[in-house]
Formats: sequence, C-alpha cells, structure tokens
Amino acid sequence: MQRVAIVDTGLCNVDSIWRALEQCGAKGDVTRDPHDLDVADKIVLPGVGAFPDAMRLLNEYGLVDAIRENVIDHGIPVLGVCLGMQLLASRSCEVAPTDGLGLIPGDVVRLLPLGGERVPHVGWNEVHANRASLLLGSIPDGADFYFVHSFHLRCLASDDVVATTPYCGGVTSMVERDHIFGTQFHPEKSQLHGLTLLKNFVAI
Amino acid sequence: MLKLRVIPTLLYKDFSLVKGVQFDGARVVGSPMQAVQVYNLRNVDELCFFDISATPEGRGPDFALIDELADRCCMPLTVGGGVRTVDDVANLLSVGADKIAVNSVLFDERSLLRAAANRFGSQCMVAVIDTRMNERGVVTVWSHNASIDTGVDPVDWARELEASGVGEILLQSADHDGVMAGYDLGTLARVRDALTVPVIASGGAGTFEHMVDAVKIGGADAVAAASMFHFTERTPMEAKMHLAANGVPTRC
Repeated sequence: MQRVAIVDTGLCNVDSIWRALEQCGAKGDVTRDPHDLDVADKIVLPGVGAFPDAMRLLNEYGLVDAIRENVIDHGIPVLGVCLGMQLLASRSCEVAPTDGLGLIPGDVVRLLPLGGERVPHVGWNEVHANRASLLLGSIPDGADFYFVHSFHLRCLASDDVVATTPYCGGVTSMVERDHIFGTQFHPEKSQLHGLTLLKNFVAI
Repeated sequence: MLKLRVIPTLLYKDFSLVKGVQFDGARVVGSPMQAVQVYNLRNVDELCFFDISATPEGRGPDFALIDELADRCCMPLTVGGGVRTVDDVANLLSVGADKIAVNSVLFDERSLLRAAANRFGSQCMVAVIDTRMNERGVVTVWSHNASIDTGVDPVDWARELEASGVGEILLQSADHDGVMAGYDLGTLARVRDALTVPVIASGGAGTFEHMVDAVKIGGADAVAAASMFHFTERTPMEAKMHLAANGVPTRC
C-alpha cells in the first residue's frame, strides 16, 4: 500500500484530502514532522491558506528542506493542491512577496479579470489538457473541477503547464514537471473526476 | 467556462434541519446527516450549512458536528453560524469546511475578515448579508437574524465588506425568504454591480424560472435555495438542466 504523507501546516482542510486518498486505496499520514516525509512513498501538499503564512509555517516545522530533499534528491512524487500547487513556485506576491519551494519555476500572481470575471474564481470550471499528463489518465478533456482561488501560478517554462482553464485570460490549472505535480482546483472536492485524478497520482 | 452554481442551503437548529418563512416559524425538515448524504449522492455543486441557533444561544460552531458532516461531503462545503474568531475559522477549516460564512460578528468586529483573509486567503471567507424592507419602504441591512434595522444601504455594506477582504457575498432577503415567489432581483442587481467578488443569491426561489431571473436580471454568480428543495419535488440537477436549457452554463 502506498504511504502518502499529507503535509499539515495547520491552516488547511486536511481531512477531505486524507479521506479522498484513503478512498483511492492509499494510506494517508497527516503530519508536520519532517521525518515522516522520509518514509513516505508520496507527498501531498494540500489546500487552503495565504501563501506567506503557509511558507512561514513550513519553514518553522523544518518542512521546506524535507520536502525539497525528498522530491529533488530522492525523486519522491509530490502533488500540490490549490495553495499547495502555488507553494511549488519560486515566489508569490500574495499579501507580501514571499519565496516558495522553488520546485516549479514561476511566480504566483493575482488573477486579473479581462471580461468582467469575478475574483476569487469560485466554482466548477473546465480543465483542458495542453499535453499528455499522468494525472489526467482516463479523465475526459474539458471535465469540470472545483476551483476556489484568487491567485494562480504563472510558469516560466510553458512545458510545465499541463492544463489550463478558461478564466481571466487563462488560469494555470495543472502543472507537471517530472514527478512534481500541482492542481489549482480541489480534486478532493471534485467528485468522480477528482477521485480518478487522485487514484492516478497514487498509482504513479 | 465557469458554471453557475446551484447551492442547497441547510439551516440547523436544535439538532434538526429547519426551514421557516421570512426568518420565522421554523419547521423541522429532516436530519443534517441524511440531507448531506443525499446531496452528496446527487453530486450537487456546493452545500451551505448554517447553524442558525449558535449566535442567538451565544455559542460558537459545533465543530464535532461539522466534522461528521464534512466526512460525508465529497463536495465543497460552506459553514456558518457562531463564527466569531480567527480560531473558529481555523478550526472549521481543519474539520473539513471549505469556506466560512460570517454575519453577526461583522457588526462588532469587521477586522475579523481582514485577519482571516490574511491567514487563510480571501477565497475562503463568505459574508452573509440579511436585507429587509424597512417601514419607510427602503431595503436596508438588518442584523440579529434580520430583527434590527441597521439603516445601512446593502450596496455600501457590501462594498465595505469587499474592502475588508471578503471573497464572496451571500445576499439574503428576509422578506423573500421561504415565500417561494422569487429573489429580490433589484437589490441583487445593485449589490452585484457594485462589487468584483462573486455574489450568491438567496431567499425566494420557488421555481427554476426564479433562478434564471436571478442570473439574467440580477447577475447572480450562484443561486441558493432551501424551501424549493425541502418542500417540493424539485432537485438541484433539474434546476441546472432548466438553467442550461435557458442559456445559463451549469454542470449537468
């Protein structure tokens, strides 16, 4: 059975993602102890929170180095969800400029409405693949997933952007670089397609 | 394209789900756990759960209950009722709520919004605004379960809340609540036009056509309904199919 370390910064809803992963046949381990990451097969960085607070807490718990070591040196797959995906970036301008984990080159920027769109972007919206993705597996192109966010990750390398969503000129809805994955939407709240995506992650 | 959300609202009081008319005369309509399980099976877009006796009873949210309900939700869950502190927000998020709704606390301590938005992000803070027509025939913001007229214009109040960091407004008309004769479209359109955050229309839905009006006339980004789903055979999925047939994109 796959052991998935779910990183708990104390800011977010870890319960939902834990349950969804268990439903996918994984053993979820909610933790803020860096040593737990060393024995995990996979790492999930979940959802809610503002960027600076989340990074401060990851640093305080010694998780920044633990995540980077496991992902970069040991090739442990990581999935960032919502804010967790944004934390993979080089930096963010939410509240105050803050460095991220630096696993996906790019900046987290505020969504800018182009045609009267509302920010935050809240609700179900389409996810369109730019290229083949392990996570999207058997999920139909353009399937709806649940979003709730005001910022998104603008990648430096366009190849890192696996899927986009038509909102505010194009939201980066999924990133993928080798074994580093991120979804701006919440798979754990996206019913059938969300569970399929998590199953695909567990199966990697 | 972003889909219009159809949101069943669950009101919780004295261990049951209730629904009244114009914020009065609550009737028991079922158990929260059962309702959450049914809506989860039906893959609804989102659920709102409001503990309407928390503030009147001077207590905080029932975290154990929310924990249990959220365990059954593979869908987004907005929770309100009795939220007064940043710790309340943190604890609700940690037991599985996705968005936190606040109302009464905003009249004494609006700084909670900024503090919570800075820590958890604006996207998870929803402000509920209760409106009612006062004796002078003007629709104003009402506090204390829509029993006291603050005299404030809903547009001014909504703008202040947006400036304080709220991520979404749930605009509720106490006059239209439970009457099932349509939303307060005039106030909805005025508030929605004044803001850049999404607005959820609440109070008054009796038919699918009311929902179409809320979107096309009122500009709503989401429509909430309680009585229609509790007291009629209509389901959220049928509502979405009707909306889609009328040119409103939904997930169906």
